[in-house]
Amino acid sequence: MLGTLFFTFVKIGMFTIGGGYAMIPLIEREVVDRGWIGKEDFLDLFAVTQSLPGIFAVNISIFVGYRLRGVWGSVICALGTILPSFCIILLIALFFNHFQDNPWVVKVFNGIRPAVVALIAVPCISAARSLHLKRVQLIAPAIGALLIWLCGVSPVWIILAGIAGGLAYTFWIKGKWERRQR
Amino acid sequence: MGKEAKMIYWQLLCVYLKIGLFGFGGGYAMLSLIQHEVVDKHEWLTRQEFTDVVAISQMTPGPIGINSATYIGYTATGSVWGSVVATVAVCLPSFLLVLAISYFFARFKSNKYVEAAFTGLRPMTVGLIAAAGLLLVNHENFIDWKSVVIFAGAFLLTWKYKMHPILVICLAGAAGLFIYW
Repeated sequence: MLGTLFFTFVKIGMFTIGGGYAMIPLIEREVVDRGWIGKEDFLDLFAVTQSLPGIFAVNISIFVGYRLRGVWGSVICALGTILPSFCIILLIALFFNHFQDNPWVVKVFNGIRPAVVALIAVPCISAARSLHLKRVQLIAPAIGALLIWLCGVSPVWIILAGIAGGLAYTFWIKGKWERRQR
Repeated sequence: MGKEAKMIYWQLLCVYLKIGLFGFGGGYAMLSLIQHEVVDKHEWLTRQEFTDVVAISQMTPGPIGINSATYIGYTATGSVWGSVVATVAVCLPSFLLVLAISYFFARFKSNKYVEAAFTGLRPMTVGLIAAAGLLLVNHENFIDWKSVVIFAGAFLLTWKYKMHPILVICLAGAAGLFIYW
């Protein structure tokens, strides 16, 4: 069973290009369709994992591994997810130095770099849209982004401020506001 | 191993534990944190190299958090062990958290404090992603007006035509080869 788990997650880690979220349908297919975890259970895991820090795909593999085989299961599943990208990136890191100064590679990467910025800008806009944020709700994130960008504030503080703001809003400001409305 | 060399491993460990612990909101939101630590604070990579790592991550399998840890771990130390330390460190905080939560999963699922924290954290991830993008807008990545054209083209293809990131990167690379001939 541990072997099957390991190779299942190696497969998941190997064939999902372009970040953690691309892994979800694949994980679901492997894990739910094999009957390891019920569909509803998986959706629950998915929801909770979204609210955890760290790497999404790794976290969900830890959850699944733990459900099925305890602590060792979680270690094996996490290793399986990590291993393919670890090996591939290590190979690239070992050899990229030798190509970095090649004039062809320089030209190619001069073209790629601005595109990378676009590839970050698009998920930023779609995240704002999918959260259905109103204009007012964009003020805090905008201030956070500017503080990180222009003032070099550590994102850790912005994250903590977000948590504090959420708690303050829910338990303090929201109640006051509703009372005043009445 | 010299004292200074040992120091780098410690720093890598601490930095990636921090990234693992505070990396909320997925890979893109994590980027600003990674860049803040790795480029601005510890100067293990230049902005340009960091952008290249992001590009490579988009084209290779696996989450960007792992990819950056493995790559930066190696470049910072010049050894495979650097990769191992950084990669394990970035997974460790959430690993412990996931195990802890597994014990009282049902209670965590609908905890009012967790929910409250997320009413603030969720919109903030938009700001974190925006910061990651803005930090990469600099003269190393945008060398002239042609870069802006490539940016606009890549944005349009991803946003409007939902083109796959790998394809966008390949096209941008080809465009670079052609334009800067």
